[in-house]
Amino acid sequence: MSAADFRKLADLFPDETVTHSYVQDIELPAVGGQPSPGLFALITLDNGLDHTKPTTLGPNTLVELGTVLEGLRERAASGEIVGVGVTGKPHFLVAGADLSAVKSLDSREHGLWMAQLGHDVYATLANLSVPSFAFINGVALGGGLEIALQSTYRTVSAAAGALALPEAFIGLVPGWGGVYILPRLIGPENAVEVMIENPLNNNRTLSGPEAYKLGIADAMFEPADFVEQSIAWAAGVISGDVTPERPSAVDPSGPGVADRWAGAVAAGRAFVESKTSNASPAPAKVLDIMEANRTMSQAESAELECETLAGLMQTDEFRSTVYAFLDLVQKRSKRPAGAPDRKLARPVTKVGVVGAGLMASQLALLFARQLKVPVVMTDIDQARVDKGVGYVHAEVDKLLGKGRLSPDAANRTKALVTGSVSKEPFADADFVIEAVFEELNVKKQVFAEVEAIVSPDCILATNTSSLSVTAMAEGLRNPERLVGFHFFNPVAVMPLLEIVRAPKTDDAVVATAFELAKGLKKTAVLVRDAPAFVVNRILLRLMGEVTAAFDEGTPADVADNALRPMGLPMTPFDLGAMVGLPVAQHVQESLHAAFGDRFRVSQNLQKLIDNGVRSLWSPTADGGKEIPASTLALMSFGTSPSTGEEVLRRTQDALAEEIALMLEEGVVDGPEDIDLCMILGAGWPMFLGGITPYLDRTGASERVTGKRFLDPGVASRA
Amino acid sequence: MSQHRSSGNQRVVRDVVFVDGVRTPFGRAGEKGIYAGMRADDLVVKCIRELMRRNPALPAERVDEVAVAATTQTGDQGLTIGRTAALLAGLPRTVPGFAIDRMCAGAMTAVTTTASGIGFGAYDVVIAGGVEHMGNHPMGAGADPNPRFVSERLVDPAALNMGNTAENLHDRFPRITKDRTDAYAVASQNKLAAAYGDGLIQPDLVPVATMKPGQGWTVNTVDEPPRPGTTVDDLAALRTPFRAHGRVTAGNAAGLNDGATAALLASSDAAAELGLPVKMRLVSYAYAGVEPEVMGIGPVPSTEKALANAGLDIGDIGLFEINEAFAVQVLSFLDHFGIADDDPRVNRYGGAIAVGHPLASSGVRLMNQLARQFEEDHSVRYGVTAMCVGLGMGATVIWENPHHADYSGAGRSDALDSAGIPASADPLPADTAASTPTAGAAA
Repeated sequence: MSAADFRKLADLFPDETVTHSYVQDIELPAVGGQPSPGLFALITLDNGLDHTKPTTLGPNTLVELGTVLEGLRERAASGEIVGVGVTGKPHFLVAGADLSAVKSLDSREHGLWMAQLGHDVYATLANLSVPSFAFINGVALGGGLEIALQSTYRTVSAAAGALALPEAFIGLVPGWGGVYILPRLIGPENAVEVMIENPLNNNRTLSGPEAYKLGIADAMFEPADFVEQSIAWAAGVISGDVTPERPSAVDPSGPGVADRWAGAVAAGRAFVESKTSNASPAPAKVLDIMEANRTMSQAESAELECETLAGLMQTDEFRSTVYAFLDLVQKRSKRPAGAPDRKLARPVTKVGVVGAGLMASQLALLFARQLKVPVVMTDIDQARVDKGVGYVHAEVDKLLGKGRLSPDAANRTKALVTGSVSKEPFADADFVIEAVFEELNVKKQVFAEVEAIVSPDCILATNTSSLSVTAMAEGLRNPERLVGFHFFNPVAVMPLLEIVRAPKTDDAVVATAFELAKGLKKTAVLVRDAPAFVVNRILLRLMGEVTAAFDEGTPADVADNALRPMGLPMTPFDLGAMVGLPVAQHVQESLHAAFGDRFRVSQNLQKLIDNGVRSLWSPTADGGKEIPASTLALMSFGTSPSTGEEVLRRTQDALAEEIALMLEEGVVDGPEDIDLCMILGAGWPMFLGGITPYLDRTGASERVTGKRFLDPGVASRA
Repeated sequence: MSQHRSSGNQRVVRDVVFVDGVRTPFGRAGEKGIYAGMRADDLVVKCIRELMRRNPALPAERVDEVAVAATTQTGDQGLTIGRTAALLAGLPRTVPGFAIDRMCAGAMTAVTTTASGIGFGAYDVVIAGGVEHMGNHPMGAGADPNPRFVSERLVDPAALNMGNTAENLHDRFPRITKDRTDAYAVASQNKLAAAYGDGLIQPDLVPVATMKPGQGWTVNTVDEPPRPGTTVDDLAALRTPFRAHGRVTAGNAAGLNDGATAALLASSDAAAELGLPVKMRLVSYAYAGVEPEVMGIGPVPSTEKALANAGLDIGDIGLFEINEAFAVQVLSFLDHFGIADDDPRVNRYGGAIAVGHPLASSGVRLMNQLARQFEEDHSVRYGVTAMCVGLGMGATVIWENPHHADYSGAGRSDALDSAGIPASADPLPADTAASTPTAGAAA
């Protein structure tokens, strides 16, 4: 076949932003006193746009590249050129397949064409009759990195960032040859790291030096003259002067390789199970193909890759991931729904933190590190103040020790954080946040004291997770300046910030809060003041359902494992133990007070808390877990046990009900914000699309509310 | 750093050697030129990196200074380009740098200034070069001449335009006709083409990759300005833009160009210590001022001064690399010294009329070519690099060939232990005088 045979596919995408394949003939430099080895055709992949618009591989792009390569194959056959290179516009080799195109392929046949088109083009690159070279000058993701893998040789820039095969994360497989070539090039264990572990570890990518170390590239050059040095290196290879060594490469039929291969696949499967509970099909498919293709020819593997890709492209997990990743995390998070004009934001040049406990200290560290403004912590006595400031200084020293802060930056950060038993130092602060005991009257008293000292337009913020911001504003002289600023624990790690707007909060205050969130490198979502806001309300509703099933007599392991098909990062009981049972119970009580029996307060849980039990489960000697008899003895159970399926279904229904109510109450702008919150605040998987695409595709939304949250096609097949 | 570096009242003047020099291929300035859209500082960076690659024996931290010349020191040629280029080239942060300007003689002045620092003992090893991206920085852009030049008749305003000064030179020397300058220009093109054919230019060129919209990456490895095959008839047809019915044309003058150069200089002691090659030894240098209205005559007094400094006569000079800003300016120099227009000692590889003249970068190009000719022709002992400079100046550097049988420098013979040879061993009177300890240096 030739690339032109796929015109029918390309014609479906008349509006594709085409990444063109420009060819320049370059006379290779002479090597070792010999004459030039000959002409080299260098392809540059360029969409003509700046670095904010990555180059991608859509059907039109691939047809053009394939046609160009077919022309070069002719020239190679006639002896006109001695090598072919592929590189990209500055900062990109290619950022991978055009996902917005791929996700709109709503028939299996079209998906299969797309998979076959890629293979057709890359096979031309791999079989030119002269060596091919990829000069990886920057981002090379998925199909972009596979262009490099399909080339005979590779160089990489020491400054290249984001090299990866993220397909397992996206919901696909590296099915344009990556899954065949990579284990042979860098060994099966490394290949599993790149194709499975990295994608499932928050979509980790490799830097140029890391890729070089793994053996993905044969040579690495500095960015200042990367193209020149890559060309010179190619001349050396073509003239026989340079022979790349590939110490990590394996011959699949070599001695012992079958065992290594099987071991790597098994380790990969265990990793997938631990990360996703196998709730998404793609990662296992990657390992299935890799396992099978050890004894296959590349063409046989290609056929399997195409079939698998065509199937996965039609899955809801893939569609939901594209929605979560592109539409939410990459786009919506940068343009928060409902945020006022950023021009209204006021500068924040000094921050006050009321309290010097653990949460307050984490906040002080974050503000000082990211905003680089003075931060004053206050508490009721000098000992507490000293402890809080001491905590910050110790954390800074840890960062210094790990090399994540320079000595100068460590000195600067430490000097920025001071403590005081008086609130007088708040006088010239622009932003004061409280992180004191979760008790409305305590917080109101704190704000009354602060308001007596600060200027009238100093913003007051509360880090409450369960109290009413509206109630807190009552009695303030300037209630319009109070805003909720809800972080997630651990503050330094969790990317979400819920910005809570009370009825009187004014636009300038909310705008400042959003700018502040950006300065703190957090993704902020605007939330209307409502009990427990978004993440905690949904988590507690979920935990409440599972706990209720347990209390009714469902066996603990059945209840706690019932949600495995969702692939959540941890089970409900483990989550409760991590948050702390008393904290969870406290939030549950406030939700119960607000909403009644949708949030049931477990008496069993209360007994555990009263008896100082910190977790339902205890680890056993053999690595499993059990509920100790002493814990069981504290609790009493009903006589109506549920099956796992029943627990899952009631939880789905409960979530659909709760989210529908939240949208009705106007807690957030739309279901997309709920999803963004659950992905960034609770680490819920992108293959669920956060949560609402999952509730739509399992039918829970329509069961409970009679309609879907998202239209078909948004996060699913149209 | 070096054990050889002296100080205080024991100071001696040290020999300075030219270790290596490279340049980018030169481009035609303007939108269609090979470097359109490229930054000037990136051009210098390529040169510095190539110098370091070609001289792996030199530890980067041993570079004591990076002097980079540019006539226009704003934008991509601003921000103290010697320092920015050093950082961008990946030299250690401990390596300092500065920017320098003497218009066309910028790189030459970067060489002589840092060479003086080596001679004085302040440096062991330096990088000196220059850059001009005349596409990004049209000649004279942003300049604001003092009105006193006009009101007090200090300088004829027309002298700020180099083409006018070339026409003025024709007026002063009626013997230099347009026929002669055109013939000289054709010879320059031919000599460059021959040198290219013999592979004498290419070894000192740094390949430069560029990416153009709608075309993709390419690698530039040859000069863009040359027009080989140009005939006298071709040139006769060109218009004379500076004066109606004048003599100066685009054909018998250097064009507007983009390019960069860089050279590695060292004390001969440091070169020996580090095992660096010696391509030339610095004998003397001089700058001289002339009337700005005939700036092209500048190399005459500067060369006379440099010869006197060295105790040499024009007859001692076996090779000339003189910058061809204008053919008339070269011919005025040759006429003064009684050298024929087609003397084989002069610009053997052709000159700026053919290869181009990115103002502040050109000085090191002359040195690269003289060094290669020294290597080719061991019979020559002394050579001159010279150029005229805007606002009425001349610049001359005299070099000695280490391959010559009577080479006086310390670095030539492998048998000599360079560590023990002070500059006072040099038989040249000027150097002997300079090597006398000077009381004032202790202060």
